[in-house]
Amino acid sequence: MKVTNLDYISANPLLPEVQNAMIEAIKENYGNPSSSHCLGDQSTEVLEQARKRVAVLINSALPEEVVFTSSGTESINHAIKGVALANEKKGKHIVTSNIEHNAVLKSLRRLMKMGLGYHVASVPVDEHGLIDPSDVAKAITEETILVTIMHGNNEIGTIQPIKEITRITKEKGVLFHCDGVASVGVVPIDVQDLGIDMLSFSANQFNGPSGVGGLYIRRGVGLWPLHDGGAQENGKRAGTENLIGIIGMGVAADIAFREMESRLVHVRRLKERLIKGLNEKIEDIIINGHPELSLPNLVSVSVRYIEGESIVLMLDEEKIEVSTRSACASGALRASHVLLSIGREYADSQGTLVISFGKETKEDEIDRFLDVLSDAVDTLRKMSPLYKKG
Amino acid sequence: MYTEVVMNHFKNPRNVGEMKDADGIGEVGNPVCGDMMNIYIKVKGDRIDDISFQTFGCGAAIAVSSMLTEMAKGKTLEEAKKITNKSVAEALEGLPKNKLHCSNLGADALQLAIKDYEDKMSGRGRGPQRPEDKHEHTHGESCKCPYCDGNVDDGLEFCSHCGREISEDH
Ligand code: FES
Repeated sequence: MKVTNLDYISANPLLPEVQNAMIEAIKENYGNPSSSHCLGDQSTEVLEQARKRVAVLINSALPEEVVFTSSGTESINHAIKGVALANEKKGKHIVTSNIEHNAVLKSLRRLMKMGLGYHVASVPVDEHGLIDPSDVAKAITEETILVTIMHGNNEIGTIQPIKEITRITKEKGVLFHCDGVASVGVVPIDVQDLGIDMLSFSANQFNGPSGVGGLYIRRGVGLWPLHDGGAQENGKRAGTENLIGIIGMGVAADIAFREMESRLVHVRRLKERLIKGLNEKIEDIIINGHPELSLPNLVSVSVRYIEGESIVLMLDEEKIEVSTRSACASGALRASHVLLSIGREYADSQGTLVISFGKETKEDEIDRFLDVLSDAVDTLRKMSPLYKKG
Repeated sequence: MYTEVVMNHFKNPRNVGEMKDADGIGEVGNPVCGDMMNIYIKVKGDRIDDISFQTFGCGAAIAVSSMLTEMAKGKTLEEAKKITNKSVAEALEGLPKNKLHCSNLGADALQLAIKDYEDKMSGRGRGPQRPEDKHEHTHGESCKCPYCDGNVDDGLEFCSHCGREISEDH
C-alpha cells in the first residue's frame, strides 16, 4: 500500500528538481566559499545564487539581508536572543503572543531565566486564534525592544494581521520579528510590504531539504550573532555554510515562487474538500482556526470524545500519516498551549488532528483519509466513556 | 514505538464496552495527561465472572485496559488484587517509558472496581473514586519521585522515570 502523507508540516517531500540539484552539487565537489582560490569562487557563486532566489521568494530588497542558518528554530533563536543582547542598554522587555511556537516561547523563557532582567508580555488570541493589534499596542512599554509574533500558526493555521502590527511597532520604534516558518513558501510573504524587520523560515516547509533555514534581517537592524567564529554570512553567522543544503533551498525557493499561484489553487481546493468531507462524515467535531485568515495547506480538527494518538495509530495501520496535538502524543505529555489559548476544552484538545498537504497531494487521498478516519472514529468512540450516543 | 502485543491489543481490544448491570465500577482519570478509564466487573461467588472497560486515551491506555481485563477475567478477587501496573506492562512486553503512567491508570481502575464491589457488599456504599496520591516530601538535595523514587529533574511536571505527575509545590 502506498503511504499517504497528510503530515506535510512535519515532512515535506523533496522535489525531484531539488534532489537533482543537490546530487549535482555533491558531485561537483565545491570548495569552501571562504577560500580565495577558484574552487572557493565557484562555491561563492552558487551560494549567492541561492541567496538571490530566497530573497526573491520573500521580496527582500537586498540578497545580503538573507542569512542562511541550520533551521527555522536557529533563525528564531538568533533573532530573539540576538536582538535582546544587542539592545540590552535600551530595554529588556519583549512582547509576544500566547500561540507562538516552542522555539519562540523557549527562547524567551531562556532569556527570562538568565537572570539579566528580561521580561515578557504575551498577548491573547480570540477563539479563532487571532491577535487584536490594539492588544499589542497596549503591551508595548517604554522598555520594549522587540515584538515577536508568528505569521501562520503551525497548529491551527490562523494568519495574523502582521501589517497592522508592524504599523504599531514602527510608530513606537520597536523591532519586529516574525516567525514565518509555517508560511514562507506556502503563501506569498513580502517582507517589505508587511514591514517586517526580521523573518525566520525553513526550507523543509517548501519541499526543500531539512537542516537549512533562513533569517531575513533588514539592513540596519543590529543583532548579536549566536555563533562566533569566521566571517561567513557577512559576519552574521560564523561557520562553514551547508552549501549542498543551501543549494537545495535555493532551488526549492525558486520553484515555490514560480508555482505559488497554481499551488495555492490546488491546496485551497483540497482544503475545501477536506473540511466539507469532515463535516459530512463525522459528527461532533470542531474545525479549529480562522475560517478565512488561515493557511491553505492545513486543517486542524478536534474530534470529540476520543484521543488523538490512538486515531493516528489507526490511520497509520492504513498507511495514512497525520499529526496530532494530543497531550498523550507530546513528549512532555502536556496539552497544546495553542488549543487551550483558543478556548478548546482539555478533553477536546486531546482529540485534535492536524492534516497538512501540498502540491503532490491528490483528491482521492483526501477521500480515502476521510473514509478511514470515519471508521477509526466509530471504533474509538465505541470504547470511550465520554461518548454516550449510539 | 509499541511492542507487537501492545499493537495487537490496541487493534483488537478485548472486553470493550459499558456494563449496565455491573457489580463494581472503577473510574479513574489520568493525572498526567487527563485521560479516563472505566472498569466494570461482574462477580460470581468470589470470582470475576465478567469484566469490561471503556477508555479515553492513547494506544497504550487502550492496550493496557484490554490486557488487564484478560488478566483479571476468571480470577478470584484476591488474585485480581495482585494485578499491578507492573504485571500488566510486563504482559504487554513493555511500554515506552513515558507511557508507564497509562498502566498505572489501568491498575488503579481495576482496584477501584473491586473496592467498589466490596464496599457495596459490606453496605458501605461507594467509596472514594480516586486513590489519594499526594506528592509529599520535603526539599532535600534532589527531588525524588514519590511513586518510583527516581530523581526528578527540576521544572518537570511529571516524573521522567515512571510518568506520574509531580505537583507544583514539591
Ligand atoms: S492515556 Fe494519555 S498518554 Fe496514555
